[in-house]
Amino acid sequence: MAEVLTLPPKLPKSQNEEVGASKFCPGCGHGITLKALGNAIDELGIQQKTVFGCDIGCSLLSWNYMDLDTVQTHHGRTTPVIYGFTRANKEAIGIAYMGDGGGLAIGSQHLVNATVRGERMLIVVVNNTNYGMTGGQMSPTTMPGQKTETTPYGRDCEVTGKPAKAAEMVAAIADPAKSFVARSSVSNVRKLQSTFKKALKNVENGGFSFVEVLSICPLNWRTNNVDTFGRLAQMEEFFEVKEFLAPEGLV
Amino acid sequence: MVNKLIKEDTKMFLTGNEVLAYAANAAEADFMYGYPITPQNEIMHTWCKLLPKTEAGFLQTEDEISAGFSTLGGILAGKRAFTATAGPGNVIMQDAQSMAEMMRIPFVCAVMQRGGPSTATVIYAQQETRLTCYGGNGEGFRIVYSTAGHQDLYDYMIKAFNTAWKYRFPTYVLADGYQGKMREPVMLYDPASRGIKMVPVTPSLLGEGQIGIDRKSVHMRNTYNMEEELMEVLDSYQVDYDKMAEEVAEYEEYKAEDAEILIIAHGIVARSARTAVDELREKGIKAGLFRPITIRPLAVKPLRNAVSRAKQILFTESANGQLAQMVLEKLYGLTTPYSTLYKMGVGVTGDDLVEKVESMVKSPSVV
Repeated sequence: MAEVLTLPPKLPKSQNEEVGASKFCPGCGHGITLKALGNAIDELGIQQKTVFGCDIGCSLLSWNYMDLDTVQTHHGRTTPVIYGFTRANKEAIGIAYMGDGGGLAIGSQHLVNATVRGERMLIVVVNNTNYGMTGGQMSPTTMPGQKTETTPYGRDCEVTGKPAKAAEMVAAIADPAKSFVARSSVSNVRKLQSTFKKALKNVENGGFSFVEVLSICPLNWRTNNVDTFGRLAQMEEFFEVKEFLAPEGLV
Repeated sequence: MVNKLIKEDTKMFLTGNEVLAYAANAAEADFMYGYPITPQNEIMHTWCKLLPKTEAGFLQTEDEISAGFSTLGGILAGKRAFTATAGPGNVIMQDAQSMAEMMRIPFVCAVMQRGGPSTATVIYAQQETRLTCYGGNGEGFRIVYSTAGHQDLYDYMIKAFNTAWKYRFPTYVLADGYQGKMREPVMLYDPASRGIKMVPVTPSLLGEGQIGIDRKSVHMRNTYNMEEELMEVLDSYQVDYDKMAEEVAEYEEYKAEDAEILIIAHGIVARSARTAVDELREKGIKAGLFRPITIRPLAVKPLRNAVSRAKQILFTESANGQLAQMVLEKLYGLTTPYSTLYKMGVGVTGDDLVEKVESMVKSPSVV
């Protein structure tokens, strides 16, 4: 009889081990993203001074996912809650974690103004090109032609406009001397982790950081494993994966 | 720690908005988040002008949504933070106010009412009474002080911080554009000189101790998975609210003991009612006033007693019966007939009330 070898999952220290490895839908990109974020926090040794805010939608499932002091709100209001916090506590490293709907539609005014003011925080927008939790509607980042529940025949950009490019928008209005702006992808976890590390380091230095994470949603995309990553590759062609802004000297 | 400006009793001639900024400083408030909307702007202006002396914090946000939510962030960080708003600003700030109710965050807000609905007027009304008490998608787990003048503004703004932090329900000073913009003498004082101790504030997140060593990480929750899970939480809030209500509810009676006609009014309208009561008494009409100071929660027993003693009651508001609706529910079973004098978005004068009460004497209401 074969011996069963059980290995505990290797979780970041700043991830809540009581919750387990993942609480998201099978194949979801949030688990990958949060693990990379947790590892970056561990590497910088900032767990004790990090405050984590999560939004409504799929991202709200992270409300107890991290071993970090956490507050949960909704509709992109995570951004003002966190900058309200970091304005009041100058030592804190604030993270506002949300999806493309919260960041770019219902809460977009907060993203724009937090960027312009150079709030001392990291905003993470996990872009899976749809509203996942509410059942897969079109979001600002839904790809041209992509089928969703509210674009059942494919997104018609003549009617809806083109997909919003968050990182480009943020980079255009951020102060280049103090801002780190990047787009990363769950297809390259090492790169994602190092991007988060830079972003958090920039906040520790007193700057503003924005990371858009291209992510996957096989449940609402109705894709199998191969097609999921095929679509992610298409997204990476449409949404350029790179660092848009990094203050001089940020390593 | 913020620098307090008023160290000894100081009589000043100020607008109500200025009074509120001084009161917040006296209460050791150390951060204001705000967004411009008339008629509350001078609270921010005064707060900002005083910053070099107080060394407090201020952030002008992008809208009232973010003013509300960033205030919550500041409070979670352990600041005695507050905000102020009015009218449509109060409408869009309800989202943050609901979160304060759900998470028991000691949110403090001054509401300077203006005309409604929507943009309406920038001047005056009592049309945010219901919104301030029961706005949001919840049950109105809130404490609302309705002020009737500048001394009230100073006293109750200080009190609001302690009430909010002691009971952890969102607490409001509900005033209006008249009170905000008019100038009158007011006695500013150090709360300590009146025996008022400020309730200590503590951070909810990144507080004492190391995660994983001294304590677990804090996960503040705004979402519940199951209906019963939510109800259990809210039931416990209701128990806390009812217990708090007995300690917090305040009212004022003026010549109400033997009043045959009892005027029920709140805020600045109650001040007009006082002058009307005096004038009516001179004319031999036994008028009196019952003024709820906390319009949420209401002081139900004294209210019922006062109404039971009267032969008729008169509701008067610069709104279409928003307070009356809340009060009438608490008067269930009583049969005292009532009349109304409502002027939506317009001030009620003493003369208006004298005339109305005289007509009530001539032809008593039977409803």
